[in-house]
Amino acid sequence: MNTSIESQFPTYQIIDGEGNMVNDDYKSEITEELARKFYEKMIFARLFDRKGVNLQRQGRIGTYVPFEGQEAAQIGSALALEDGDWMFPTYRDHGATSAFGHSLKNIFLYWRGFIEGCVPPEGKNIFPPAVPIASQILHATGTAWADKKKGNDRVSLVYFGDGATSEGDFHEGLNFASVFNVPAIFFNQNNGFAISLPINKQMKSKTIAQKALAYDIPGVRVDGNDIFAVYFETKKAVDRARNGEGPSLIEALTWRYGAHTTTDDPTKYRDQHESHERREKYDPMTRLEKFMQKQGYWDEEWAEEVQKDASRRLDEAVEEMEKVEKSDEAVMFDYVFGTDVWPVEEQKQAFFADRSER
Amino acid sequence: MREITYLEAVREAMSQEMRKNDDVFILGEDIGVYGGAFGVTRGMIEEFGPERIRNTPISEAAIAGGAVGAALTGMRPILELQFSDFITIAMDQIVNQAAKLRYMYGGKGSVPMVLRTPAGSGTGAAAQHSQSLEAWVAHIPGLKVVQPSTAYDAKGLLKAAIDDENPVIFYEHKLLYKTKGDVPEEQYSIPIGKADIKREGKDVTVVATSIMVHKALEAAEELEKEGIDVEVIDPRTLVPLDEETIVNSVKKTGRLIVVHEAVKRGGFGGEIASVIAESEAFDYLDSPIKRLGGLPIPIPYNPNLEKAAVPQVPDIIDAVKETVRFK
Ligand SMILES: Cc1ncc(C[n+]2csc(CCOP(=O)(O)OP(=O)(O)O)c2C)c(N)n1
Ligand SMILES: [Mg+2]
Repeated sequence: MNTSIESQFPTYQIIDGEGNMVNDDYKSEITEELARKFYEKMIFARLFDRKGVNLQRQGRIGTYVPFEGQEAAQIGSALALEDGDWMFPTYRDHGATSAFGHSLKNIFLYWRGFIEGCVPPEGKNIFPPAVPIASQILHATGTAWADKKKGNDRVSLVYFGDGATSEGDFHEGLNFASVFNVPAIFFNQNNGFAISLPINKQMKSKTIAQKALAYDIPGVRVDGNDIFAVYFETKKAVDRARNGEGPSLIEALTWRYGAHTTTDDPTKYRDQHESHERREKYDPMTRLEKFMQKQGYWDEEWAEEVQKDASRRLDEAVEEMEKVEKSDEAVMFDYVFGTDVWPVEEQKQAFFADRSER
Repeated sequence: MREITYLEAVREAMSQEMRKNDDVFILGEDIGVYGGAFGVTRGMIEEFGPERIRNTPISEAAIAGGAVGAALTGMRPILELQFSDFITIAMDQIVNQAAKLRYMYGGKGSVPMVLRTPAGSGTGAAAQHSQSLEAWVAHIPGLKVVQPSTAYDAKGLLKAAIDDENPVIFYEHKLLYKTKGDVPEEQYSIPIGKADIKREGKDVTVVATSIMVHKALEAAEELEKEGIDVEVIDPRTLVPLDEETIVNSVKKTGRLIVVHEAVKRGGFGGEIASVIAESEAFDYLDSPIKRLGGLPIPIPYNPNLEKAAVPQVPDIIDAVKETVRFK
């Protein structure tokens, strides 16, 4: 009997690297319509990300965090949520937030250094990107607990990386969630690196999914570059949570092709050859394309249209973003407190009085 | 003398000590081949190996707490927190443990560790990666707090911090890393608790910390053209504070301005102002003490607003003029 941890937490896959369906678990639900929807969202995310990198190179936005390679993990999980659910992204998850309905203009604005960019459209429960690692895991536990208490039919899904599992916040969050049996989905994107630290130096555990054992919640490992596997496994966790059956941990195995951020040079700490190889073998887009071709869902003209439409929407969003005027110094004082408190008001007046004297 | 950057001076202080003393080691995130987020430890893992340049998981509480444990055995850990904002996560280990263990063990425990960490705004890193929280730690008995402003001071103070028997919080400033200065090649130590008069003057005393030392010096040059002679004092260490140097300066000039980047309210400038108010220098004051500090807002993400949120050279010039003209 094989009792290794990896065999207890096998990597769940529906479509393999060649685009073949490897099991019939969700056969009836995998339709041409669903495949097309996935393709549309994923190609959009990929073009979005490339646009982000280019805008940074051109100095039109600030530092940008690329996610190319992680589209299936982000889109598959985001699409498993319902409209009113909570989403807690990190700085790398704008693929997920845009698929979940965040405003494109605002996402770009955020990277341009506008706080306004954190604001989601009305009715979308999307938190600002969490940069202090793992802090958002606790917030999701809190929203999920509050929704449970209030009897709201909502779940909370939180994204975090492999590196985030080393913070106390991760462990405390999972423990809280399991003790209080809250409707939370802990969605880990294991891309093998935390800035320069490879996962084997981050943890000795063979998987991240196994960490669920300690909290007695379901833990699963999925091929994070297989959008079908991600989508159906996340849906399962979402349904469980919504039915009052408590939290789950999902580990999606994936890879970031590019740098940690646009200020980083990955060649300092990893062999980029591996990234090229992974792109060749496991790319989430290519895999979906191959699958669609094999199923006879692929239509070249349609795909071109989809890409054109994505580029058009992106160009529009960038144009909108660039129309936004340079922030006025007065906004610095806004939102420090809920209502204007006199010391802030006083400081604000003093600040402008000083400026006008010069 | 040879010129090197502030960043190189910090690295050199550590490397020279590590060559001599096997008990010194560094732990922190991405400090290995990556060389740390700002490149301070670049090349060190190649020289000292992964046991002494310990790349850690993303666990600030464990980095700090682990350092406390190692220090208790007599080792001399230097821990690097990638951004000083994340001291929040290490705070229990620093405030409730490192600072108190000697006291609570009746003098038997000793925690000779150095916590190095980059602080400050100016890099477009937004509200959670740009703070100056030095007043927090300065408030805690048992912690020494150092804030070097030049390459020379950084090297000498870091050597002193490593030699110190107490936990030392060593604040580096992100915008200072690339600044250059004359630095001796050999090891030397600058006593912790000794201020430095960065510029002598007779009309007004400006006590400035970290990056504000440079802004104050720039302002002083401008003001000299208008015949105002500014004395700039860099305390270099907040705890212990060299009160004598500041008191003597104020007795000479009769005017005091304190400048730091940290939010003015509750900032260390209040402490310096109070020291003067309580001292014999109070009688010598010809005008009210002025404090310049960050606005009471989180550091804005937007680069224009980011600059406006902390004191700049023109703000110091204005403050000096107002103080000098006070009747
Ligand atoms: C509390 C905290 N410590 C350190 C950092 C610096 N930092 C930013 S991203 C990062 C790596 C995170 O890796 P991972 O969780 O795997 O996410 P990925 O970047 O791979 O998506 C680190 C250490 C931080 N932002 N917050
Ligand atoms: Mg990672």
